[in-house]
Amino acid sequence: MSARRRPTVLLSGVQKTYGSGDLAVRALRGIDLRVERGEFVAVMGASGSGKSTLMNLVGCLDVPSEGRYLLDGIDVARLDEVELAFIRNRKIGFVFQSYNLVPRTTALRNVELPLVYGQVPKAERRERAHAALEAVGVANRAHHVPSELSGGQQQRVAIARAIVTNPSLILADEPTGNLDTASSREVMQIFARLNAVGRTIVMITHEAEIAAHAHRVVHLVDGRVAADDRTEAVA
Amino acid sequence: MSAAEALRMAVQGVLTNRLRSLLTMLGITIGVAAVIILVAVGHGSQVAVQKQIENLGTNVVSIIPGFSFGRGSGGFRASFTQFTQKDVKALEDKNAAPDIRSVTPIVNGNVTATFGSASYSPSQFLGTTPSYEEARKSPVEAGTFITAQEEAQHARVVVLGETVVENLFGNQNPLGQTVKLNGISFQVVGVLTPKGTNGLQDQDDIAIAPLTTTQDLISGVANGLGQIVVEATKSSKVNAAAQEATDILTPKHSSNGQANFRVLNQASLLQTSASSNHVFTVLLAAVAAISLLVGGIGVMNIMLVTVTERTREIGIRKALGARRSDILGQFLTEAVLLSVFGGIAGVGAGLIGSRFKIVGVQPAVELYSVLLALGVGVAVGLFFGIYPANRAAVLRPIEALRYE
Repeated sequence: MSARRRPTVLLSGVQKTYGSGDLAVRALRGIDLRVERGEFVAVMGASGSGKSTLMNLVGCLDVPSEGRYLLDGIDVARLDEVELAFIRNRKIGFVFQSYNLVPRTTALRNVELPLVYGQVPKAERRERAHAALEAVGVANRAHHVPSELSGGQQQRVAIARAIVTNPSLILADEPTGNLDTASSREVMQIFARLNAVGRTIVMITHEAEIAAHAHRVVHLVDGRVAADDRTEAVA
Repeated sequence: MSAAEALRMAVQGVLTNRLRSLLTMLGITIGVAAVIILVAVGHGSQVAVQKQIENLGTNVVSIIPGFSFGRGSGGFRASFTQFTQKDVKALEDKNAAPDIRSVTPIVNGNVTATFGSASYSPSQFLGTTPSYEEARKSPVEAGTFITAQEEAQHARVVVLGETVVENLFGNQNPLGQTVKLNGISFQVVGVLTPKGTNGLQDQDDIAIAPLTTTQDLISGVANGLGQIVVEATKSSKVNAAAQEATDILTPKHSSNGQANFRVLNQASLLQTSASSNHVFTVLLAAVAAISLLVGGIGVMNIMLVTVTERTREIGIRKALGARRSDILGQFLTEAVLLSVFGGIAGVGAGLIGSRFKIVGVQPAVELYSVLLALGVGVAVGLFFGIYPANRAAVLRPIEALRYE
């Protein structure tokens, strides 16, 4: 990879402390991490290792206490609330463990939501949302509400929602945590396909088999990077 | 996010929990309807009083003979007084009473009228002079009122109110017919224009004959006048006319320095009642406004519940790129929607409710109360929606997403 290309994620010396004084919890104790464009990175760690905190920081849901975070070269720490909302909207696609679709809202409408907040005109919105649902194979469920969809289908809708804005980074937090083996495999195949067409994916997981789908596995222990291995992804 | 999108999300929010939304709207509906109906009732009774004032004549005072208690030779005793034609003449003196236009003496009597086989006793029978027509605003609808000539000639003529006509003549034309009053024949010369009820009595249940004739045949000359109606030159001079009348009559009709008569300014009494009515209307509206406020608190309560219930959804929306203003707009629109629909329903309920008589008053809807009630209703929704919506907007996305 060319050194001149901007990394998608560049964390340097990132610390995150919750609370203060004696009650202070140091969730991240100095993380240096560089994710290039097109990489598929799994972040592993036991609970309490700081992976959720890392996910929140990388997803711009929270800001670091110390250190620098550049997303696509933009220094996130300096942004205000409105700008952070903009970054979340344009640069990041979230996939959560519990799907987090908006209830009582159709799959299509759920996928449209980021475009609504991104001021995309209605006709284009509809078209892009359909295309995204198509890409994850649930276009036939477009007009169903989440309670009418299986877990695997809901997670696919969530992935469609994550990719519809064409973000720089797909951020997945335990995306298969609530799924059975078959659905997990399907979801991981979708991630592999997305990565194959050039999408950057950071996935948090505690399952080694799931992490094995990534090209690179970062191990967190006690808020620090303990290992950073490049692997051959399983098909 | 566009306003149309905010509206769409808000509508969905309202429809998600229909029963709850309906009950919340009901609070605003009741408040708005209460304001409209209660203001209409207050205004309606004011209108009724205003009508009575117009019927009475706005520039007359009635002087009624009475009595006073005084310490006499044998201890306390009441002294009675009677008005006579001399008093009428004295009041008609333009030098002593420049503000009095006319003086109308009235005697009362009880008669039973018969026509053919029909018999009826009017609740009022008066003997008076031609000026009564103008002073009491009692024009005739057909025929003529009592003329000065008839009065001078002690003519046996009578003018009847509509109720009397209906009871005696049915559908026949009474003009020119002869009725017997206490067995004495009188010719019907006029029928009064109907006035309806003044709330206490039927003002059309009346028969009027010349003063002279009545004193001759029915009430007796010795019994004096039942009442003297004094008409002022204009309505602003009513108090001056009343004072002049009092000054003229007091020397003749007093004992131990106390006047033996009363001066009733009925128009001003009614005006007092009209203004107390106004106070009443304001009080009613204030009570109604409180229910509107309670409705607003209902909106706030439900919005707080909604925001809490949908904390996770708010977190999702924020993660997808919703700004504070987007969330604020969505929930504020939802609160305003509840109050707008509640308010419109309230206007409908208020207008329908105002069509019915309430405690004997026909409500008169005032446009200002409709606009005010609706406007305040919506403003209440907006005001009480701000706090919950803002609470939603400032939720931190991580915490909102973690909320179970």
